Amino acid sequence: MKILPGGVCEPRSTMVNKTGGWRTYRPVFDYNKCIKCKLCELLCPDMSVLPRDDGFFEIDYDFCKGCGICANECPKDAIEMVLEEK
Amino acid sequence: MTSTRKLAKEKMMVVEGSYAVAHAVKVCRPNVISAYPITPQTHIVEDLSQFMADGEIPNCEYINVESEFSALSALVGASAAGARTYSATTSQGLELMHEVLFNVSGMRLPIVMTVANRAVSAPINIWNDQQDSISQRDTGWIQMHAEDPQEAADMVAQSFRIAEDRDVLLPVMPCMDAFVLSHVYEPMVLLEQDLVDEYLPPFEPEFVLDPKNPRTFGAFADPSTYTEFRYLQAKAMDKALEKVEEAANEFNEVFGRYYGGLIDEYEEEDAEIVIVAMGSIIGTVKDVIDKLRSKGEKVGLLKVRSFRPFPIEAVRKALKDARVIVVLDKNISMGLNEGALCTEIKACLYNTDIDAPVIGFMIGHGGRDVPPSTINHIIDQARDVMSSGITVESQFTDVREELI
Repeated sequence: MKILPGGVCEPRSTMVNKTGGWRTYRPVFDYNKCIKCKLCELLCPDMSVLPRDDGFFEIDYDFCKGCGICANECPKDAIEMVLEEK
Repeated sequence: MTSTRKLAKEKMMVVEGSYAVAHAVKVCRPNVISAYPITPQTHIVEDLSQFMADGEIPNCEYINVESEFSALSALVGASAAGARTYSATTSQGLELMHEVLFNVSGMRLPIVMTVANRAVSAPINIWNDQQDSISQRDTGWIQMHAEDPQEAADMVAQSFRIAEDRDVLLPVMPCMDAFVLSHVYEPMVLLEQDLVDEYLPPFEPEFVLDPKNPRTFGAFADPSTYTEFRYLQAKAMDKALEKVEEAANEFNEVFGRYYGGLIDEYEEEDAEIVIVAMGSIIGTVKDVIDKLRSKGEKVGLLKVRSFRPFPIEAVRKALKDARVIVVLDKNISMGLNEGALCTEIKACLYNTDIDAPVIGFMIGHGGRDVPPSTINHIIDQARDVMSSGITVESQFTDVREELI
């Protein structure tokens, strides 16, 4: 990577800079409780909730910052925030 | 080379300093101007508004805003989009811009903004000193100081040239002393459009903000890259040292006027006492020097034209044979209790063989008049230092003890 004076960036620089390392708590799905309502996907501010072929969702841990909005909004409490450990 | 002025009498007009600056901006063909009126800068932007209303600045938009913060912010977007941009401000207005000044230089936007140097509040004071721009010295702007209205106007064209140079890409703050230069009427040559077109190429940035070809400007930099952005800015400042000289020399070739590049020297070659100063005080000092030289006294002047980048090598070369160095400052760094120019001069002589004493005088705060008698008094003190050594490093001048 080379930097340009003034911090000029080509588009999609956010795909290069992985932000998962900022996370303190990681969201973990309980697929037995999930009803595929999509609220987590819709409300994720970082587009880190990815749909799967079977209709469930998974977290993109490269970019999820662990904000917990998905877990807070889940109507079935199907997402648990688990402390990250080394 | 010392200053030269080929001023064709038939071209000279008596105009106000602010008008000459506004006219210089006009012939530099700006695309976006945004400013908020504040005394003593107001006449510059009023004249520009009049030019706009009269249709004299083609392909230009004048953005009215509600504050100086917004004025400079508007220019951030405009400059990133590829416009040649101009503003002018002073004092509290400049201080209100403080945050945006860093954004402009960090984004490497070649905005030119005249500062009509004025004291800062409190107590409120609208008259001239240089505390406002000096207080912004670390914001990454190139900062230059003009000696008279003609230089202030000519400096606008030079500023655009320096700022927009691909090797520089830094904002420039051409400074002129409030009222003393901004409101004085003098015979001047207004910059000729054809010569400016020859001198100043169109602004063609490598990157522009354009929705059709999206890019991010001034993006986030974490600890792994931030240092390198600062390093590149510092390198650009280094590069600006030669570009300031180049802009002055080529201006001389095209217009026949030269005021010094980074510095200028006056009666300096064999001078024992060298006065170092910036801005309009230069004229008074030159008059005093002329009188003293006629009596055979070896007094000279080093005019610092570029305060940022600070011309360390040029200053060292100019001061190498001085016996006493006298620095005049229309500002004070509180707590260190000396002027910024004095600090810089002392700093750049350290680690060299030059060991002449440096004495600083803080003069002209809040528009206090600096008559030749004050300069003479300062030179008397310099003579004392030459004969019996330094006693006080930095001091206020003409303090009215009876008020304290």
